[in-house]
Amino acid sequence: MQVHKYDVVIVGAGGAGMRAAIESGQRAHTAVLTKLYPTRSHTGAAQGGMCAALANVEEDNWEWHTFDTVKGGDYLVDQDAAEVMAKEAIEAVLDLEKMGLPFNRTPEGRIDQRRFGGHTRDHGKAPVRRSCYAADRTGHMILQTLYQNCVKHNVEFYNEYYVLDLLMVDQEVTVDGETRLEKRVAGVVSYDLASGELHVFQAKSIVIASGGVGKVYKTTSNAHTLTGDGMGIAFRRGIPLEDMEFFQFHPTGLAGLGILLSEAARGEGAILRNSDGERFMERYAPTIKDLAPRDIVARSMANEVREGRGAGPNKDYVLLDLTHLEPAHIDAKLPDITEFARTYLGVEPYTEPVPVFPTAHYAMGGIPTNISAEVLADNDTVVPGLYAAGEVACVSVHGSNRLGTNSLLDINVFGKRAGIAAAQYALTADFVEIPENPTVETEALLDRARSSEGGERVALIRKELQDIMDANVQVFRTEETLLEALSVIDGLEERYTRITVQDKGKRFNLDLLEAVELGFLLDMAKVMTAAALHRKESRGGHFREDFPERDDENFMTHSMAYRDPSATRTSGVRLETKPVIFTRYQPMERKY
Amino acid sequence: MEKEPASKVELAPGVGGGGEIPTFDITLKVRRYNPEISDEAHWDEWKLTMYGTDRVLDALHRVKWEHDGSVSFRRSCAHGVCGSDAMRINGRNRLACKTLLKDLDTSKPILVEPIKGLPVEKDLIVDMEPFFQSYREIMPFLISKGHSPTKERLQSSEERERYDDTTKCILCAACTSSCPVFWTDGQYFGPAAIVNAHRFIFDSRDDAGDMRLEILNDKEGVWRCRTTFNCTEACPRGIQVTKAISEVKQAILTRRV
Repeated sequence: MQVHKYDVVIVGAGGAGMRAAIESGQRAHTAVLTKLYPTRSHTGAAQGGMCAALANVEEDNWEWHTFDTVKGGDYLVDQDAAEVMAKEAIEAVLDLEKMGLPFNRTPEGRIDQRRFGGHTRDHGKAPVRRSCYAADRTGHMILQTLYQNCVKHNVEFYNEYYVLDLLMVDQEVTVDGETRLEKRVAGVVSYDLASGELHVFQAKSIVIASGGVGKVYKTTSNAHTLTGDGMGIAFRRGIPLEDMEFFQFHPTGLAGLGILLSEAARGEGAILRNSDGERFMERYAPTIKDLAPRDIVARSMANEVREGRGAGPNKDYVLLDLTHLEPAHIDAKLPDITEFARTYLGVEPYTEPVPVFPTAHYAMGGIPTNISAEVLADNDTVVPGLYAAGEVACVSVHGSNRLGTNSLLDINVFGKRAGIAAAQYALTADFVEIPENPTVETEALLDRARSSEGGERVALIRKELQDIMDANVQVFRTEETLLEALSVIDGLEERYTRITVQDKGKRFNLDLLEAVELGFLLDMAKVMTAAALHRKESRGGHFREDFPERDDENFMTHSMAYRDPSATRTSGVRLETKPVIFTRYQPMERKY
Repeated sequence: MEKEPASKVELAPGVGGGGEIPTFDITLKVRRYNPEISDEAHWDEWKLTMYGTDRVLDALHRVKWEHDGSVSFRRSCAHGVCGSDAMRINGRNRLACKTLLKDLDTSKPILVEPIKGLPVEKDLIVDMEPFFQSYREIMPFLISKGHSPTKERLQSSEERERYDDTTKCILCAACTSSCPVFWTDGQYFGPAAIVNAHRFIFDSRDDAGDMRLEILNDKEGVWRCRTTFNCTEACPRGIQVTKAISEVKQAILTRRV
């Protein structure tokens, strides 16, 4: 076991992690640990853009952006956080431009902007051009630009280091003569893929920026590597997870494959049609139609299919129609996604509509933080030195449904805040002593996976997990489907104790790591399902057919899921609530 | 673009396609190497029944998940944007997640090997460090002199277009590891580093073009390129790599970008 010592350790090298590293690396001794290589993270798959009220092409202001974010999240957004994000969005875009990001430009040479779902002028009057973009490769450009600037600032990376445990200790703290126990973070335990050795990183500040958990679903836009590791290690160490019942299904995944076709397609004028050739969004969202927020569009699509108006021989998808757009316009603004349609489905988007269906896309919930990206151990107790940013975190700026482009914004605004705050804390704080035998639990976890000879296959358990999540915890949910899912997950968890990992070596043992990742997926699926069961109302991305209305009286609260083996009815997950922060907007009925 | 599309249209029969996806049989041969077990590399093969929409990556997953968990390869996004899974497929560098099996000749075994010119670590996994080292050496970040404006720097669409092609690079190493010069001379910067230098040399906002041209005027720089076009053919993003290298050569000769 090797021990490394840094002021700041950042877990994850996607957009949030690298944005944090650029700030932290210039202020304190910083290391970035990533289970991939830096430019492999899924930020690079984001396409459409990053909203900021630059008002480069039409009137706009950050207050409208705040309102859209709050309404888009069906009023479960913490409004102080949304305000911070919308205000700092402008600087975040300008920061990226100064770092070199090649934005598309207006005829005057300014950053160009386009429409995106749920982003409107003057509180919902009409769509507004707010999304700053680089063709349909905005995430790719952000990831590359951030990595380039990490190279510029000599940020230290540990590539292919999987962080498997968070070293938390209870420390006695005396405040005003009163002594109590406070959770503190001492470092992380990581597994070096190349050698199979464990490395302990002691740090004053830890920033978790490890991304989402989309691989709990079968049909997903997410990378294979998005297995909820960061949420998992925090949850196992007693940190709650907030709003995990809210998972976003992106309307336009390539049918059957889940590969993402950006909402930018609709921003540029594409529309959805059913098997009758009808532009059905006119019925569901008469004002902004195909540019309604994602939860509404995804549910409308699923409803069309359920009512028999799906296209194709099995009537199981709808059609994204770009055929009324000029090919030159498509080439200039949407080159990548049209290539995806050609490569993977053999469909020519110039002349044929593209088969699409909702695909699991984004976790609105995650590790609870305040607006300084500090992690909360309960509704209001900060864990000193522990930070989270990006999809792994829940600030909450997305509430029950995230607006398109607000994720690229989130990683930049809160990644930067986390990096600055982590470095500043490290400059004044002392190291927390590493507990004795820091790797004992991680070693036990790995040994169990390596030595078990029960014959169960990791891939099969994972497939069954993804199947039940797709079938029972997707766009439509009921108490019955959720209870069934929980009991299936319990069964899979039991089988998980009897897996066999075939690769017995130390070198690049991805077979072993897939087994470990499955453990995180099972934990997170359980939390998501238990939280969905707990919320007996419909709001944003969470739709309960048995409770189809929003119920502000009983559920205008965040959910907080704690690990608690005594909560047997909900598979060891205890649900509590946390108040939503309101500043200027009172809940209204959500119509578009 | 601004004209409103029709509320209802007549759809062509059979639009969208789908339904029963055809299956077919393949033989997948993978170059195996694990120094923990043996210093010798060898081939393993599997017969698999695959679907019409499957890619080489799906076949590799099928093997790993159902037959032999020790088969090792990198992958992440699985749709051609993260750059993890460049490999040699039937002798050509491609991304496994972007290569549809039905587009290969499935009457013969499909051969999958690690990319060439970088040290093999295990099976299809190579040491990427030399590749990233070359990338870092060309200073792949915007360097601008003078004061930073309060708002964004201005750049015309034409100026933006000048370097658009080379911004598409995903650092997968398909180009560099397809280059015969790189195979025999590990010191050569290789196409990917030059592509990334090009991206900044031709960016109107950048002021360090001369420094990068000086670096690439080195004996291991652009002049080692023999214009074999392997790199252009290998690029999964369709970047005109050889053209970019030629433009850098031209810029060194004329010192004009």
